[in-house]
Amino acid sequence: MKRNEYDVAVIGAGAAGLAAAAVTAKAGASTVVIDRDVRPGGVLNQCIHNGFGLHYFKEELTGPEYAARMIRKATEAGAIFRIGSSVMEISPAQADGRRALTLYSKESGVEIILAKAVILAMGCRERTRGNLATPGSRCAGIYTAGLAQRMLNVEGKLPGTSAVIVGSGDIGLIMARRLTWSGIPVKAAVEIQPKPAGLARNIAQCLEDFGIPLYLSTAVTKISGKDRVESVTIAPLDDPTAERVIECDTILYSVGLIPENELSRKAGVVLDPKTNGPVVEEGVYETTEKGIFACGNVLHVHGLADQASEEAERCAESALRSIGMR
Amino acid sequence: MEKICIVCPKGCRLSISQDGDKINVSGNFCPRGVKYAEQEILDPRRVVTAVAPTDSESQPFLAVRTPDMVAKAKIPGILTKIYALRLKAPIPAGTVVLENCDGEGTPVITCMDLD
Ligand SMILES: Cc1cc2nc3c(=O)[nH]c(=O)nc-3n(C[C@H](O)[C@H](O)[C@H](O)COP(=O)(O)OP(=O)(O)OC[C@H]3O[C@@H](n4cnc5c(N)ncnc54)[C@H](O)[C@@H]3O)c2cc1C
Ligand code: SF4
Repeated sequence: MKRNEYDVAVIGAGAAGLAAAAVTAKAGASTVVIDRDVRPGGVLNQCIHNGFGLHYFKEELTGPEYAARMIRKATEAGAIFRIGSSVMEISPAQADGRRALTLYSKESGVEIILAKAVILAMGCRERTRGNLATPGSRCAGIYTAGLAQRMLNVEGKLPGTSAVIVGSGDIGLIMARRLTWSGIPVKAAVEIQPKPAGLARNIAQCLEDFGIPLYLSTAVTKISGKDRVESVTIAPLDDPTAERVIECDTILYSVGLIPENELSRKAGVVLDPKTNGPVVEEGVYETTEKGIFACGNVLHVHGLADQASEEAERCAESALRSIGMR
Repeated sequence: MEKICIVCPKGCRLSISQDGDKINVSGNFCPRGVKYAEQEILDPRRVVTAVAPTDSESQPFLAVRTPDMVAKAKIPGILTKIYALRLKAPIPAGTVVLENCDGEGTPVITCMDLD
């Protein structure tokens, strides 16, 4: 029979979950890491650009290379992986303090895992155009930048033939270079704020390197097209009459990320309405539900994987203390 | 001239001026910024990352990179070579799939296992 009782269950095998699992397993706690994707690594697997790990590994790695190192670390420490399994539910604490996780996978159907401590590391999802309500046509060709990144880098599908990036988050900037390098010209990046949201180095190496204009303090006022996007109309905030129409068949939205907390909410974890992440005790990472901890992008959005990993290590230490293993 | 240093996430704004053969740099937080500015003026280079097609159904494309920076002007040609590859599974991460992609000895290597 499959072993289904652990000291620690980590939900999500991204940068945060892997780092947390490496710490708890190394300390001798029996640890399971659960992820619904086909392979561990989380969002790192689709981030094929370099720029990861400068701080943590003192080397500039691509996302998949960073993931491979973290996977090795967790595996060598003795963590058990359950890949292709979704956590559907976390039970209230039982009399002995443990919680039951309900897992679903294609191979095994529904299973229960018991754990003394649960670490939430489910990452985040992207804000969409729906969250922003841009006026205009609801035609095909509109993607979030992360979705387009996954299409291009994992499935190898080209999203269109010419593009405009809305927003200036790092994912959108990275995608501007990725699209250009894939033969899809990027006509512009449009940001409503006076300052870009992404890192300066990404403005330099993903826009300026290719002469892609960045329009700041500028709004998208209209999206036109019948079945497919045909153009976007933009206008500076201080002069709405100075409209400009840019022809393109693809629009990528890079307008921010939101922690992924459906599961946490169902488990009774109180969320901070500002960050959308769980309310945790400073430096302890324990949520309002005893024995449930949170780290990485599920807690609040991290710009760098290194920060997510380091936070996860501190969170794991705290989880170990809660079960008397530190 | 103004250039953003891309060596680390801090992204310092460098002011670069040329005085004959001498390149003057300010605005850098650390010495790597000076090296970057000199390189950027004399011979701009970038790391190339892309995905190469494979014969695998579960992983139709695989992440690859140049381990070192290559001359910016050579990048389009390198990308064409990468997109023309047909990688055959299995290949472990770190395998050279293109030798000397830039004519200066830089290879293209895989970033993850192709199972
Ligand atoms: C597009 C993009 C580009 C970035 N670029 C850089 C960069 O250049 N340099 C850098 O340092 N950082 C970068 N970052 C930031 C960094 O990658 C992230 O902060 C970090 O990887 C997040 O790790 P995580 O473990 O918190 O989340 P994720 O990697 O998102 O992992 C969460 C995992 O949880 C799983 N999961 C969720 N819900 C469930 C469930 N119910 N059951 C089972 N599994 C579940 C998901 O499948 C996923 O694998 C980038 C981020 C993005 C999104
Ligand atoms: S000058 Fe130094 S600190 Fe500033 S961005 Fe370059 S490498 Fe980073």
